[in-house]
Amino acid sequence: MTPLVVSIVGTIVSVALVVVVLELIRSHRLRERYALLWLLTFVALAVLAAWRDGLNTIAGWVGVRSYPPAVLFAVGFVFVVAVLLHYSTVISRLSDQNVVLAQKLALLEAQLDGDAPARER
Amino acid sequence: MREPRRVAIVPAYNEERSIGRVVDELHALDAGFDVVVVDDGSWDATAEVARAHGAKVLRLPFNLGIGGAVQTGFRYAFEQGYALAVRLDGDGQHDPGQLDAILAPVLSGEADVAVGSRFAAGRGDGYRSSRSRRVGIRLLAWVVSRIVGRRVTDTTSGFQAVNARGIALFARDYPHDYPEVEATVMVSRHRLRAVEVPVAMRERASGRSSITALRSIYYMVKVLLAIFVGLFRRNVLPEEGS
Repeated sequence: MTPLVVSIVGTIVSVALVVVVLELIRSHRLRERYALLWLLTFVALAVLAAWRDGLNTIAGWVGVRSYPPAVLFAVGFVFVVAVLLHYSTVISRLSDQNVVLAQKLALLEAQLDGDAPARER
Repeated sequence: MREPRRVAIVPAYNEERSIGRVVDELHALDAGFDVVVVDDGSWDATAEVARAHGAKVLRLPFNLGIGGAVQTGFRYAFEQGYALAVRLDGDGQHDPGQLDAILAPVLSGEADVAVGSRFAAGRGDGYRSSRSRRVGIRLLAWVVSRIVGRRVTDTTSGFQAVNARGIALFARDYPHDYPEVEATVMVSRHRLRAVEVPVAMRERASGRSSITALRSIYYMVKVLLAIFVGLFRRNVLPEEGS
């Protein structure tokens, strides 16, 4: 069985992180689109930490006999990997767009310097 | 006195087949709109067609999504000092012939923002859409009506008219991705007066809606989150008289 202290601390920390994410959205420092995965992560962790029987049952399913809270770590790890993977795709898209912006700027600058107006596209 | 300058903002993404007609119809109106087409990174000839039909074209270097595209139009309207802006989609589903109806409450000073609604006068029967979308539309309508304290039937309508105050707000802050729902709440939080006007919408002239079933669930969750968090935000514009 999960030690009671682990459940309490786990729940408090997860809920606090949910509040942090909501505050970041509110103050326009985090877009909803990128916040959803984090919220999902912390809500899942909060539920698993608070719902002690559930954590034990799931630990049984996945063959964790000695120490159920290990499941918390496993779930957290999987979610964090998902978030990182998502961010990698986001960063890739941003760098592609950055290249386009730089090229566009160079073309505009050339036009301003007196090149013949560029043909469409 | 000179008529206030008016601009029609038309976001378009790969609408080369319908954009020409939309621009022509806008020019044919007596209202005297300057037409601005925001080409949201189309890979077809949308920009060229719009320009050929006499529209001013703002061409985004890549696809920003509808929110970013529409806000580009409002930023332009704000910088150019337009007193009145209407927004309608480039796919032809919004009939420029119905602009008078949504312009009226803004021109009379009754509202800062007027939105054309497909459902306001029980006219929804003419409009076809998937089941998941209808459920979503109804849920959003319920939530939004609760929050803004007036009955909103069509939360996703992009057929709207706004005055200078609305232009200033949208130029400053406009939601992303699926913006109309959040914008409705934002307008109400900023104490702008908004009304819904019944209109009929046409079938899309070409292309298909960019919203599929799975996406609409994602958008639903995202929009509800955005609305919820938005309730705790401070306003970007000072209130009138403060």
